[in-house]
Amino acid sequence: MAAITGSNIQAQRTPRRGLLPARRRTSRQRKSIVLTLIMALFVIYSVVPLVWLIISATKDQPSLFSSSGLWFGDGFSLFQNIADTLTYRNGIFVQWFGNTLMYVVVGAGGATFLATVAGYGLAKFNFPGKRAVFAVILGAVAVPGTALAVPTFLMFSQLGLTNTPWAIILPSLISPLGIYLIWVYAAEAVPTELLEAARVDGSGEFRTFFTISLRLLAPGIVTVLLFAIVATWNNYFLPLIMLSEPTWYPLTVGLSQWSAQASGVGAQPIYNLVITGSLLTIIPIVIAFLVLQRYWQSGLSAGSVKQ
Amino acid sequence: MTMTSALRGARSGIPRKRARRQWTGWAFVGPFMIVFVAVLVAPLLYAIYLSFFQNQLVGGNAFVGLKNYAQVFQDPKFWDSLGRVALFLVVQVPIMLTLALIAALALDSARLHGSGFFRIAIFLPYAVPGVVAALIWGFLYGDQFGLTGAINGLLGGHFIQPFTSQTILASIGNIVTWEFMGYNMLIFYAALRAVPNSIYEAAEIDGAGAFRTVFSIKIPAVRSAIVIATIFSIIGSFQLFNEPNLLQALAPNVISSSFTPNMYAYNLSFAGQQFNYAATVAIIMGVITAVIAYIVQLRGSRQENR
Repeated sequence: MAAITGSNIQAQRTPRRGLLPARRRTSRQRKSIVLTLIMALFVIYSVVPLVWLIISATKDQPSLFSSSGLWFGDGFSLFQNIADTLTYRNGIFVQWFGNTLMYVVVGAGGATFLATVAGYGLAKFNFPGKRAVFAVILGAVAVPGTALAVPTFLMFSQLGLTNTPWAIILPSLISPLGIYLIWVYAAEAVPTELLEAARVDGSGEFRTFFTISLRLLAPGIVTVLLFAIVATWNNYFLPLIMLSEPTWYPLTVGLSQWSAQASGVGAQPIYNLVITGSLLTIIPIVIAFLVLQRYWQSGLSAGSVKQ
Repeated sequence: MTMTSALRGARSGIPRKRARRQWTGWAFVGPFMIVFVAVLVAPLLYAIYLSFFQNQLVGGNAFVGLKNYAQVFQDPKFWDSLGRVALFLVVQVPIMLTLALIAALALDSARLHGSGFFRIAIFLPYAVPGVVAALIWGFLYGDQFGLTGAINGLLGGHFIQPFTSQTILASIGNIVTWEFMGYNMLIFYAALRAVPNSIYEAAEIDGAGAFRTVFSIKIPAVRSAIVIATIFSIIGSFQLFNEPNLLQALAPNVISSSFTPNMYAYNLSFAGQQFNYAATVAIIMGVITAVIAYIVQLRGSRQENR
C-alpha cells in the first residue's frame, strides 16, 4: 500500500468515463445520509448569499431596512428595481453592461485565440527557442498580475492609452494559464500521426490547424474561453486604475462607485440599485457556466490530470 | 511526443524543408509572444527602471540606485501590510483547501444523493465577480439589512461584529473562502476522477477500509493538484485587494490605506503620486510571491518523487 504514490497512480491512468462509475459495487455503493447532510451544509454556505441577493432585489429601499434580511418584504419591487437600475443616470448601467460585453468579447476572445494557437504551436512543433518560450511563460504564471498593474498603468499613460478601451483589452489578451491548458490538451487530443498524414497529403500547417486540429481541441478551447470570460467579466483592479471616465467603466467598477455613493459627504444611498445591479451582473456568467458545464468540466479534468 | 515528431521530421524531410518546418512553430507562438512582451515583459522592465529613480523637488527625476529599496525595507507600513497578508495566508488557505478537499472527497465517494447538484451549487460562487461578492457580504455583515443584524437581533445582543480590528481579517477570509472553495473543490475532484479503478479494487482486496483508502490512495493521488491550488492561493493572498478595498467604505477605521501591500502600492500611486516608490513595492512583492510559490512547488514535487 505504501508504495502507491501520486506519481505512479498517474502513470497508469485510465480516465473513468461516464458520470458515476459502476465501481465499488460492494458495500460502498450504499448512499450515505450523513455525508449528504454534510454536503448540504456546504451548499447552504455557498448559496445563502445568492439567495439573499435574489430576495433583496425584490425589495424597494424602505423595505430593505424594515424587513428581515432572510425573507421577502411587503411589496414585490423586482421589476421596478430592474427598471430603475437600467434607467438611472440616463441608463449608464446599460452602457457599463455594453462595455463589459465588449471587453469580454474582444479581450477573452482574443486571449483564447492567442492561447489556442500558441499552445498548439508549443505542443506540436519543435522550433528554435522553444525552451526559452516555455520558461518565460511558466515564469509569468508566478508573477502576480496585480503587481504589474501599477507599472502597466504608468507605461500606458506614457503612451496615451489610459482612459481608452485598449487599456483594458490589451492586458487581458494574455492568459498564461490558458496557453498551458491548451498545450497539455493538444499534446493528448491531436495525434501527431494525423498531422503527418495531413502533411503527406500536402496540406499546409495553418490549413491543417483550422480544418482538423481546431475541432479536436474544442473542449479545451471552451474551458480556456470560459475561464477567460470569467477573468474579464470579473476584472476590477485594472479598469479601476486605468479608467477615470465613467463612460468606459465595466460593470464591476460602476457598481463599486454606486456602492461608494452611499457613504461620505452628501451621501445618496441607492442600495436597491446596487443590489439589483449585482444580480444583473451575475446572471449572464452563471448562465454561461450552466450551459457549458459539460465542456468545461471535461476540459478541466484534462488539464489537472497531466499535472 | 513532440520530440518524436521532430525526429521523424528530421529523418524524412529534405534539409531545406526541415528548416522551414522548424520555424513554422514560431508562426503559431509568435503572435502570443508579441503581445506577451508588450503587456507583461515591458511593464516589468519599466517597473524595474522606475524603481531606481526618485522624483525630487529639485532636479526632477533623479537616479538614486537602490535607495527606494532600502526605504521599503525600513517602511513599517510595508511590513505591517506584508505581515497581515502572511497571517491571512497561513490561516485562510489551509481552511479553504481542507474544506475543498473534504467536499471533493465526498463527491468522489459515490455515496451522495444528487452529487451533480452539489457539484454545481458549491461551484456557483466562483462565477460571482469578486466585487459583487464583496458587496453582497458587505451587506450581509451590515447591521441594517444583513444577516448579522438578523442573527444579532435573534440572539439579543451584539454577538457578531465583522468590522472590528480583531475580526476584519476573518471577515475578509470568509469572503475569499466563499469565492474559491468550489473552484478548488473541482480541481481536486478532477484529479480524484483520474485515479484508475483497478487501484481501488486492489485496495479492497487488501482489506483497506474507507479511511485507509482516503489517506493512502486518494490524498496522495491529488497531491500535485494540492500543490497547484496552494500556489494559486498564495499568489491570490499576496495580491489581496478587491475585498478589503470595497469593505473599506464600511469599515474605514479598521481598514487603512496600507492594509495589504497591493492597497499600499495602489494608494501610493493614485493618492500620493509616489510612482517610483509604488513600483518598488510592487517589485518586492512580486519577488517575494515568486520565491514562495517556487519553494512550495519544489517541496511539493520533491515529496511526490520520494
